[in-house]
Amino acid sequence: MAKFVGNNDKGSDSRFFTTQKKGEMHELRMELHSTDRNVKVDAVKKVIASMTVGKDVSMLFTDVLNCVQTGNIELKKLVYLYLINYAKTQPELTLLAVNTFVKDASDANPLIRALAVRTMGCIRVDRITEYLCEPLSRALRDEDPYVRKTAAVCVAKLYDIAPELVAERGFLEILHDLISDSNPSVVANGVAALSEIAETSGKDVMKISASVLQKLLAALNECTEWGQVFILDSLAKYTPADGREAEGIIERVTPRLQHANSAVVMSAVKVILSYMELMGSQNSDVIRALTRKLAPPLVTLLNSEPEIQYVALRNINLIVQKRPTILEQEIKVFFCKYNDPIYVKMEKLEIIIKLVSEKNIDQVLLELKEYATEVDVDFVRKAVSAIGRCAVKLERAAERCIGVLLELIQTKVNYVVQESVIVIKDIFRRYPNRYESIIATLCDNLDTLDEPLAKASMIWIIGEYAERIDNADELLDTFLETFEEEDPAVQLQLLSATVKCFLKNPEDTQDMVQRVLDLATEESDNPDLRDRGFIYWRLLSTDPEAAKMVVLGDKPVIEDDTFKLDPSLLNVLIGQIATLSSVYHKPPESFVVRRGAGETNEFDDDDDDDDDEDYEGGGEGEVDLLDMGGLGIADGAGGAQSKERQVPLQKVCGPEKSGGLEISAGFTQRKRKIRLEIEINNISSATEVASLAIQLNKNSFSLSPASQQIVCNPPVAKGSTGRTFCELVINANMMAPPPAAGQPVSPQVQIAIKNMTSGTVFYFAVNCNFEALFSADGAMERSAFIESWKSIDDRSELYGTVSDLPPGAADIESVQKKFLQNNVFFIARRPVPGAEGQEVVYFSMRTVSEMEFLAELTFKQGVNACKVCLKTENTAYGLLAKQALESLLRY
Amino acid sequence: MISMIMVLNQKGDIMISRQYRDDVGRAAADSFRLQVVAAKETGTEAPVKRIENCSFLYTRHLNMYFVALTRSNVNPALVFEYLFQLIRILKAYLGEDFDENAMRNNMTLIYELMDETMDFGYPQNCAVDVLRLYINLGNVRPQDEPEPSQLTSQITGAIDWRREGIRHKKNEVYIDVLESVNLLLSSNGNVLRNEVTGQVQMNTKLTGMPECKFGLNDKLVIDKEKEDRKPGVEIDDCTFHRCVRLGKFDADRTITFIPPDGEFELMRYRVTDNINLPFRIIPAVQEEQGMTKVSINLKVIANFSDQLYATHVVLKVPVPKNTAKAKIKHSFGRAKYEPEQQAIVWRVKRFAGKAECHINAEVDLMPTVRPKPWSRPPINVEFQVPMFTASGVHVRFLRVYDKSGYHTNRWVRYITKAGNYQIRI
Repeated sequence: MAKFVGNNDKGSDSRFFTTQKKGEMHELRMELHSTDRNVKVDAVKKVIASMTVGKDVSMLFTDVLNCVQTGNIELKKLVYLYLINYAKTQPELTLLAVNTFVKDASDANPLIRALAVRTMGCIRVDRITEYLCEPLSRALRDEDPYVRKTAAVCVAKLYDIAPELVAERGFLEILHDLISDSNPSVVANGVAALSEIAETSGKDVMKISASVLQKLLAALNECTEWGQVFILDSLAKYTPADGREAEGIIERVTPRLQHANSAVVMSAVKVILSYMELMGSQNSDVIRALTRKLAPPLVTLLNSEPEIQYVALRNINLIVQKRPTILEQEIKVFFCKYNDPIYVKMEKLEIIIKLVSEKNIDQVLLELKEYATEVDVDFVRKAVSAIGRCAVKLERAAERCIGVLLELIQTKVNYVVQESVIVIKDIFRRYPNRYESIIATLCDNLDTLDEPLAKASMIWIIGEYAERIDNADELLDTFLETFEEEDPAVQLQLLSATVKCFLKNPEDTQDMVQRVLDLATEESDNPDLRDRGFIYWRLLSTDPEAAKMVVLGDKPVIEDDTFKLDPSLLNVLIGQIATLSSVYHKPPESFVVRRGAGETNEFDDDDDDDDDEDYEGGGEGEVDLLDMGGLGIADGAGGAQSKERQVPLQKVCGPEKSGGLEISAGFTQRKRKIRLEIEINNISSATEVASLAIQLNKNSFSLSPASQQIVCNPPVAKGSTGRTFCELVINANMMAPPPAAGQPVSPQVQIAIKNMTSGTVFYFAVNCNFEALFSADGAMERSAFIESWKSIDDRSELYGTVSDLPPGAADIESVQKKFLQNNVFFIARRPVPGAEGQEVVYFSMRTVSEMEFLAELTFKQGVNACKVCLKTENTAYGLLAKQALESLLRY
Repeated sequence: MISMIMVLNQKGDIMISRQYRDDVGRAAADSFRLQVVAAKETGTEAPVKRIENCSFLYTRHLNMYFVALTRSNVNPALVFEYLFQLIRILKAYLGEDFDENAMRNNMTLIYELMDETMDFGYPQNCAVDVLRLYINLGNVRPQDEPEPSQLTSQITGAIDWRREGIRHKKNEVYIDVLESVNLLLSSNGNVLRNEVTGQVQMNTKLTGMPECKFGLNDKLVIDKEKEDRKPGVEIDDCTFHRCVRLGKFDADRTITFIPPDGEFELMRYRVTDNINLPFRIIPAVQEEQGMTKVSINLKVIANFSDQLYATHVVLKVPVPKNTAKAKIKHSFGRAKYEPEQQAIVWRVKRFAGKAECHINAEVDLMPTVRPKPWSRPPINVEFQVPMFTASGVHVRFLRVYDKSGYHTNRWVRYITKAGNYQIRI
């Protein structure tokens, strides 16, 4: 096939990557405004090249936008590509493009109409979205199928940004109509969009009725390969009314098993398997016929690219667990080829173990033996372990398996021997007292064992069969020499094995057991080992017979674990065939995190894709989504309770000092971590604020930043406001010198911040809200409280009255609750004797720097005020603590 | 669905990144670089990797990584098929072995293609022929550039793989039946695994929108027709190009289609029964006591008609690592010990049918301090036999129907190659 596009350096795009010097932005800007079309196109290409390598070219926004007014479709596409990337950072300017979009959306050329709609949908700026609805609504009814198919996907895009708009505009209904469109591509994209909306909203917007079903099945024959996948995947979610309908659908779906595209095949397999479940046992003939039909395409998948093979094998792993009959005759196709990638070989081995039976075990053993001589260590080990698993699974073949393992041990290849020992231990546990004759061979290879697991297994065998091994005590003795260096697992096994040995042969091993018990209980700092040592010791010293019953008691026989997936999980996963879930063997909930429902955007960084001020809007939309799905957090009382107190931020720095930023800050505590909350209002800084470095001066609270770097995510562009925080830790070196005796400490924390983007450094001070420092572990015993209270001199008490509390704030119950949330702990409450309607309540709090404060609050019924009395050893901080309580009371 | 497609080079630098959804960012490339590219574990690690709830599905072309990122529960086969398609499209545009440079040189073209072939993470039309009609960077403007509306019906049509109005002076169809034989023989001559995978490649130069009907000597069809002819071949399974009407095949096993113009793969099939092995190899490999010598005796028999011949026959007989020299006796071809392959390699340009050959090799080993057992890898055989099919499949007919009723010339070639053809020793 002839090369289509020239590779010659002249005129190729690579030159756009090379020039990035200073002043180049200016040059680019000039070129973007050039009247020569070619210069213009080249300039835009350069911009895109910079964007690709991750350079920030957002400052050229208006200049690039200017180029959009063109009849040249190539240039238009490039400008749109740029727009998609940077629209978020320049929401205002993006609005300038709206006109072009709207105009393009009614262009005579359907390619341009579609391009405009497609691009608009990708720009996640609220105000653009408003303008999108009109053109979209027209595009959905466009006479050209290319535009309609693009519009169909665009509805899904819009739903992602503003679901309420989709509902309002009735787009869902139009989408539904598209399923009966005359054009198969339109149908395919309509189905894709509806399925996605159904999934995100949790509502059945797909509504497969009898007529829709017929349309889908008809489209299945016409659609592109991708469309077939979309349709099949949505069919898999549908529940047929009865067995007959299921059978009818399956009949239409089975031809898809012959498709060259493996995704189509897998999705068809999924539909058939899910429906087979529904057909129940009365249709055993049909099920048998289907079983026969499914095997060949599954086998054919193993002739595809390795990546597809991997996906297929992970799925087959589930299928053979659910319906072992499908592939029971086909074990040979899972034999590994010499040059299969390792990840394919590993998966094949798993399936071989699942399919092995008494009929084919001989053949399988020959294969596995062959694999055990290959070079890849992991694969060899897995092959050896597979032999053991065959033995555990098939009782009548166990002896042959052991024979092969013994042969392999003779090769003396270190890791083969070790792995063999590990699996032989399992075989012993499965068939106790049957194959001890091989212990001698194992003992010959003690020296090769250097891995903890192999050693531990061998030691277990020695202990378990001590009476049959003449020199068991000597063997254990050699291990004991290096007891202290061993892995904990080996140490534990050694301890148990020695005790077993002692119980079986007390005369010769008295010294040894004493030594082990000493080592375990006195020398070791591993609590498990010590505990086990003490238990054995006590057992042996009080009642040796009981010890025998405990230590030498019958152990439960282990079971064949090849069908290990829990049946309920397996059923879930069978419904997830041909999805990532079936590759991971995990239900989708465990790795798909719906946006807005937890941590999102871990990967987000600052260049191209961040939510800006429209973030709020998007966020709200998603919360709505959750509510629709019935997943919303319970509202009412619960909701009110879980609300965290917002710390009022203090304005600490004006734009004149910091290069155009207005900074507000305050201290707070979240999840037991102290934070400095910072709000940045970018008033006039041209560059967006993305990253800051922070430094604290020595302060009265020993606070110091956990990390000097603060990332603003999203970056704060000019004219917008962003919030970020810095985690703080206590660092004794940061302690400011104490104030003069009797003077309170300064609540100020002096902070320096460097804006890494612009290089500006600015300074400010924040008054510390002392309550942010109260420790969650600061609760005090009542008795300790009383003692402290008495011990502190009454003269260092601090008194004060907090009046004009907001209504309800003087209610003791709610004060208690509020205080608890802020780590001020309730101690006791009692009425004041002789004063009707008055009550005193005691609280304690401790800061993270271990300063204790005791407080006595007096309330009088019907009075919205409260008397506060505070006692502390740290008098210099007393005032701050009192202020903190006051602000909590007022809040 | 797919959130982003990236192409990274060997160092993990982003060469192309196209974001389709905003739930992942460029920073994800860093995690991929650290955990996959830097680990140099490709080939051993699975091609699906999850890093902090973001799934990376990747494949390679030369030393470039084509990576799809997603946060949803996608259909992984669909993702891989798209990545393969994308690579196929790029091959068509940039040449079979397009490399990093070619990618950079055509960056904007690639973005344009990615924009067209995927929307919001859903794959769209990927047919190269149709894409070429309107994505060509303005370099080539065909004279008969179709009207936009005609173009769009092409892109979205039921037959999106073929454009209308194709004209050829001569109407011709070339059919290549390519088979590869996979064989694994145990050292005592038992067949452990044996199957043939076949492909039917077509190159059509046909005018208009012709309707084709294609027939192989499929056992199921022949049995139905009850002709007194040789029994047909039992085909285990086959898959078809998307132009083939699968419903029709399912109903009566006839293969009908409107073909794309030019080269395409019509079908693949798999046969496991009654395979004619083109070469029989009887090995006898003996390690002498004390590991100083290995003697190898091979008998190779060409098991096909003496009218035919095999080409490019290569036999690789592995020898131990510490081989010093090998004395080889053979009747024809060239054979020598190649240390870099750790094997005796015997090459024959032309191997006549029914011919027999003996190879005798005495291999001297260097003494080693710690003799390691030799893992005895299998003998590997490569060959090509033109005009021969190991499965016995042959083309019975290809009928072309077109309105104008023109005459079509048909050319059929067969070739059987060795796939994984191995004999354990």
